[in-house]
Amino acid sequence: MLSNNWLSIVLKPDLPPLSIYLHWPFCAAICPYCDFNVHLMRDMQPQQWRAAYFAELQYAFSQRPQGPVQTVFFGGGTPSLMPADMVADILSEINRLWGLAPDAEITLEANPVSAPQGHLADLSAAGITRLSLGVQSLDDAALKFLGRTHSAADALAAFRLAREVFAHVSLDLIYARPGQSLAMWRDELACVLAETPDHVSLYQLTIEPDTPFHRLHAAGRFAVPDEDSAADLYEMTQDMCAAAGLPAYEVSNHARDGHACRHNIASWRGGDYLGIGPGAHGRLSDGQARRATIALKAPQAWLAQVEAQGHGWAEDKALDDEERRTEMLLLGLRLVEGVALSDMAIGGIQLPPERHLALQQAGILLPSDSHLIASPQGRLVLDNLIAELLPS
Amino acid sequence: MTTQSHIRNFSIIAHIDHGKSTLADRLIQLTGGLSAREMSEQVLDTMDIERERGITIKAQTVRLEYTAKDGEAYQLNLIDTPGHVDFAYEVNRSLAACEGSLLVVDASQGVEAQTLANVYQAIDVDHEIVPILNKVDLPAADCDRVRQQIEDVIGLDTENSVNISAKTGLGIEDVLEAIVTQLPPPSGDRAAPLKAMLVDSWYDAYLGVVVLVRVIDGEMNRGQKIRMMSSGASHLVDQVGVFRPKRDTMATLGPGEIGYFTAAIKEVADTRVGDTVTEERRPCDQALTGFKPSQPVVFCGLFPTDSSEFEDLRDAMAKLRLNDASFEFEMETSAALGFGFRCGFLGLLHLEIIRERIEREFDIDLITTAPSVVYQLAMTDGSMMELHNPADMPDVVKIDHIDEPWINASILVPDEYLGAVLKLCEDRRGRQRNLSYAGSRAMLEYELPLNEVVFDFYDRLKSVSRGYASFDYQISEYRTGNLVKMSILVNAEPVDALSTIVHKDNAENRGRAMCERLKGLIPRHLFKIPIQAALGGKVIARETIAALRKDVTAKCYGGDVSRKRKLLDKQKEGKKKMRQFGRVDIPQDAFIQALKMDD
Repeated sequence: MLSNNWLSIVLKPDLPPLSIYLHWPFCAAICPYCDFNVHLMRDMQPQQWRAAYFAELQYAFSQRPQGPVQTVFFGGGTPSLMPADMVADILSEINRLWGLAPDAEITLEANPVSAPQGHLADLSAAGITRLSLGVQSLDDAALKFLGRTHSAADALAAFRLAREVFAHVSLDLIYARPGQSLAMWRDELACVLAETPDHVSLYQLTIEPDTPFHRLHAAGRFAVPDEDSAADLYEMTQDMCAAAGLPAYEVSNHARDGHACRHNIASWRGGDYLGIGPGAHGRLSDGQARRATIALKAPQAWLAQVEAQGHGWAEDKALDDEERRTEMLLLGLRLVEGVALSDMAIGGIQLPPERHLALQQAGILLPSDSHLIASPQGRLVLDNLIAELLPS
Repeated sequence: MTTQSHIRNFSIIAHIDHGKSTLADRLIQLTGGLSAREMSEQVLDTMDIERERGITIKAQTVRLEYTAKDGEAYQLNLIDTPGHVDFAYEVNRSLAACEGSLLVVDASQGVEAQTLANVYQAIDVDHEIVPILNKVDLPAADCDRVRQQIEDVIGLDTENSVNISAKTGLGIEDVLEAIVTQLPPPSGDRAAPLKAMLVDSWYDAYLGVVVLVRVIDGEMNRGQKIRMMSSGASHLVDQVGVFRPKRDTMATLGPGEIGYFTAAIKEVADTRVGDTVTEERRPCDQALTGFKPSQPVVFCGLFPTDSSEFEDLRDAMAKLRLNDASFEFEMETSAALGFGFRCGFLGLLHLEIIRERIEREFDIDLITTAPSVVYQLAMTDGSMMELHNPADMPDVVKIDHIDEPWINASILVPDEYLGAVLKLCEDRRGRQRNLSYAGSRAMLEYELPLNEVVFDFYDRLKSVSRGYASFDYQISEYRTGNLVKMSILVNAEPVDALSTIVHKDNAENRGRAMCERLKGLIPRHLFKIPIQAALGGKVIARETIAALRKDVTAKCYGGDVSRKRKLLDKQKEGKKKMRQFGRVDIPQDAFIQALKMDD
């Protein structure tokens, strides 16, 4: 379908590709490690939410009308709790406004307990092309520790089901858990890889502020692996995944050829993404500036503002060159492909060649004249590296 | 006007926390110096730091009016004295202005080393001394034992001692009676030419320099032309008065009285403590003997964390110096730390107080380098040189020998910690001079090199004795020592702010300890960092900080980047608290922490 804004595309040919992130803030249970914008689902009125999402999509369209939309990501929360017809309606509204690219990637995050076969089929029919399944662990004791309400067997069953329905299925796992040895994780990861997934997201457990885990950890109730153990776990993970045909394409993401998450890659590369729903963040280019938007976090407050003003965005401001450069490094260096140095030249600041060389010699950056590329060793110390690269 | 026979001048001698300031507050309260509303805790400690730490830094004075049980009205002048050894010179001059002292001892703790030093000074100036046992209401109070201790250790008669609780107010009236009945009135000739002792002076934003004096003979009046006998400078007195503790102007100060005057004097430096103030037209024949000027014994570098604050730091120091002539500073340049000042202090507490005041009152973040003592270098060409900063050490081939200051230390410690304290003193090159007992407490006398004490000796002493040991010292003499300069190299670059002068026999241990400490203080970097201690070109100790292995956010998607950017800004702020040496960031506090020894 041809966008009704084709003229502006012609006039502004350098706009980045467009993605949409839609946040569904509700979960059936809150996990103790999670610091996302999540809420228990109580008194949720589907009609009201559908209308609010529609209103905010229309507002976002008025701000960034050039389509088509290349990827959509339903994140949460637990968006597999969304009624399938609401998902379908939202996608057709997106298509009506911007147009959906014919090969658009449309991902939805799912919890193994909220993904029965019928529902998965409905979601597929609604337009979902990719399912990201929160397995978290294949160890029942660990699942309990993580506050998950499913078993390892439930998770595997859900995964096998999902593969019958979707062309792209990803598994999320959390490792570097308290007391997890290299051998334990080797066995667990081997079980995961034995399922021959096309995509895995493997996150080391991070103790986030303002979570139950943070309080427990601070009180000494459990300890996470120290720096060296965590590094060993990470390195083993890289080796095992690569050997299984799932090399890393980002710090925590691994995929077979053609199965990398296009939505996330677009945002790591600096693409535009519109943030829809409570607490969603967006980045959009309007030809003059790159704007950062943040919606109100609390679901009721977001709803109220959408109903009053047509959108729930609490913040919408232009990023300056330094902020843009920082974001480009923060996101782009996570990718195995790195960041083009020409992109780094925003605002005219470049990495001095001798610094570039010194970091290459230290084995932190890979040799390249045109790109900044973190080596596997460099990716493991990326936060420190980025602080080094940015002017103080 | 009070006749001399009805004047009593006294100071209070006490160990920190034994209740000196609380007692002073009670005396003021009971004699009506301030209304209840005006009484804030510890009236005489006016600086925030004094109140927080419970110590007195500057001598303060207050006049109390008291009608005794004999029905007569008395004028009591209290000069509050600092309790800490660093401010011994202030104690000295305060005592010289009085005829008697109250010795306050915590009845649950007993006599401490600092009390001893001060009480001996009071005995030296022929004070009458009234022992006061404070905190007698505490369950742990043991008045008989402490009285016995005062008699044994100090040699004071405790027959007329007074039991009080400054906290509850118990016995305060008895203290006032003891002052009146046991302390002598001042002598002095009202008809003689003015002779007054300059006890202290400070700068007041409204009045200019305020001078605290004790009149010996004659009278000081408003409008009088006076002369400073040491410099010959003359001034016209424009205000005379006393503190109650609020300032109260008067027409005259007579013989025996303590009060202040102002005379359009611009700088504190124009008023020498211990000087004799007399009349311009009718000077007295002989000046008072005066005091030894105080000499800084500890030096360290103070650098602004933010180099753009250098000028602000200079202003701050100049302002502090207005009121504290014992604090010295001169500009210093460090390859590591940039522009700053080399500062001289009377001791470690003095250092800490000045540093804290700069940070607090002037809001300047500081990096403090390792404190060092003043070494005397005898050069091969026969000349002498004073070394205040290890970084300035000349080439060793030009040095014939190095002399370092020694101290005589007295330490009081309960029996059970004696072994640990002896070991500490021996480790610090101490030489035992005497060991005696007072009850269950040992009194140790040691000769120690000041450079072994200057840094963390007091902390260590407190720690090995669980806080029970007390310590005091006096500088004795310079002695030749086998001293060498130890440099620290971080990532193969010498860091001048970390170089120290050490005894050669201890160099290897110290070097190893410093490298180990720095290993824990410097965060891991992207590359590994060797840390070396070296004497001249010879490396005597080495540690390596392994390269950082993992520091990466597991999840960072479009929705996380704003927060991540804010974290990065915070990280950058944190980095400002580091100093860069070549490619290595060293946290500011590492410069001090690296020198602390666990022994």
